[in-house]
Amino acid sequence: MTTTTTGPPPTEVAVPPRRNKTSREAARLAALLLSPTAIVLGLVVLYPVLAALYRSLFQAGGVDPETGFVVEGDTFVGLDNYTAIFEGEIADRFWNAFWNTTFFTVVSVAIEIVLGVAMALVMHHAFHGRGVVRASILVPWAIPTAVSALLWRWMFSADGIVNATLNQEILWTTEGFHAKLAVIISDTWKTAPFIGLLVLAGLQLIPRDMYEAAKVDGANALRQFLSITLPLVRPVLLVAVLFRILDVLRMFDLPYVLIGGDKRSVQTLSILAFREANELRYGPAAAYATLLFIYVAVVAYMFVKLLGADLLGEVQRSTRLSRRGQRRLAREARP
Amino acid sequence: MSTAVVTRRVTDYRIWLAYLGIGAIVLYCLAPFYWMTVSAFRRPSDQFQNTLFPDPVSLDNFDAVFGPEVGFGRSLLNSVIVAGTTTVLTLIIGTFAAYSLARLQFRGARLVAAIIIATSMFPGISLIVPLLKLFTDIGWINTYQAMIVPSLSFALPLAVWNLTAFFRQLPQELEQAAMVDGCTRGQAFRKIIIPLAAPGVFTTAIITFIAAWNEFIIALSMVNEKSKQTATVAITRFTGAYGFDQPFGTQMAAGVVVTVPLVIMVLIFQRRIIAGLTAGGVK
Repeated sequence: MTTTTTGPPPTEVAVPPRRNKTSREAARLAALLLSPTAIVLGLVVLYPVLAALYRSLFQAGGVDPETGFVVEGDTFVGLDNYTAIFEGEIADRFWNAFWNTTFFTVVSVAIEIVLGVAMALVMHHAFHGRGVVRASILVPWAIPTAVSALLWRWMFSADGIVNATLNQEILWTTEGFHAKLAVIISDTWKTAPFIGLLVLAGLQLIPRDMYEAAKVDGANALRQFLSITLPLVRPVLLVAVLFRILDVLRMFDLPYVLIGGDKRSVQTLSILAFREANELRYGPAAAYATLLFIYVAVVAYMFVKLLGADLLGEVQRSTRLSRRGQRRLAREARP
Repeated sequence: MSTAVVTRRVTDYRIWLAYLGIGAIVLYCLAPFYWMTVSAFRRPSDQFQNTLFPDPVSLDNFDAVFGPEVGFGRSLLNSVIVAGTTTVLTLIIGTFAAYSLARLQFRGARLVAAIIIATSMFPGISLIVPLLKLFTDIGWINTYQAMIVPSLSFALPLAVWNLTAFFRQLPQELEQAAMVDGCTRGQAFRKIIIPLAAPGVFTTAIITFIAAWNEFIIALSMVNEKSKQTATVAITRFTGAYGFDQPFGTQMAAGVVVTVPLVIMVLIFQRRIIAGLTAGGVK
């Protein structure tokens, strides 16, 4: 099973032990080749996550309960950093950031899916200008988020082009709902084309004769979209959506540069944690970071469990899915 | 005859609709970028002009970007060093991992792949807070390595994912034929896989470089000295050379300088980049 050689040379009779040896050899080689990646990821991902968890149980300074003196270095405070987050004014700030993060995620991703799918459909049905569209669609993706945030800050400025076009005098980058709107618009601009690109790749895998068959059976464009296109791009779309959701959950650059890190209307959990760390309050910062991490992990887990997003999807899998789609279609086509 | 006319009219209308859609997408994607470029080429005194074309065209904003007060050249160099080193390290380490995930059959391969993908989803801030504390303790603040090492956390999974998809596409028979002919696995990898995978490795290099070049929060946290700032951080910290609240003209000019090399790369390698970006998602 492990070896797919075109038949062993006649001199070698002892095939089973050799296979065993090959697979053990492969495992050893794999371990060797994977170890640099494992070490690096352990150092820059696993260690920080654990350290954040540990650090969130400490506070800088503090007072020794017995002597009453201020203590040098860090004091163990147990879950105090967490309980503090859910009390009084800090709780207010935390929930504000939590709802902002959630709001941005739900609204931006929803708009991006609709726009992205629409763009993909247009590109899929276009015969001319594909090259131009493909090149221009990569431009928003290639612009650094910090630069695109500045660009939109400029366009949203009081005398900027957005107000001039709308004939309005909205102070977009001040506190208020319009600031949230500005963040969502700029985020959508940058990422909807990217979703469009991924969905287009999914569309191109759908065999044309399926549409022909549906047409023969009298299915209209909407019916074709709902019964063929959507189910078959679902795996691709789910992966794109999952990545986008996780990306927005950790959003930092855009609201930080576009509106400002101190503006309540757009503070996300990442910004909150960053501000704490910047003021050297590592304990509370680590607590915020850990809560965000848990939030992201829960969302990712639920997404994969409930919707069955297949991150490791391989070719066989997607063909199996499309076969299932074909069977379903055949069933539906039967009178 | 009449049916032919009707079908032609339907096709006509479809073609026009497609053109309209294409036009809308291109406008959507390029209009803000166009506005940045136009604003960069205005005179600082015309900054708030809303004409579609700068009149007169002026390079004052670009002069300001590279003038002694702003010193953007140094920031660009910093970005090249950080993004370049991150890309090279990532490719070296990632190629080995991707090869073993794509080619070697061992127990737990799927699990390893899942873990590597999962690490790319961790929120940056939850890695940065503890690393900031660690780097402060070991005196790494304001160094290149303090930006390069954390950048591996998102660059490496991205590269491994892309490279694995590319390696899987290569025909396995060639490598096996080489091994039957007496090559060791290492030789087969060097002489067969690497040359064949070169386009894939190259594409991964571009995508990784762009991701590292665009990185913001790590560079913002780990460096506070102006001489070590990367371009993305420096550009947001410009102070007005012309006395506006925010020097938008200079910032737009710097934005053009930062973005144009990426846009050119994207235009040249668009097919490959799209193949790379969609490889993981579709295949």
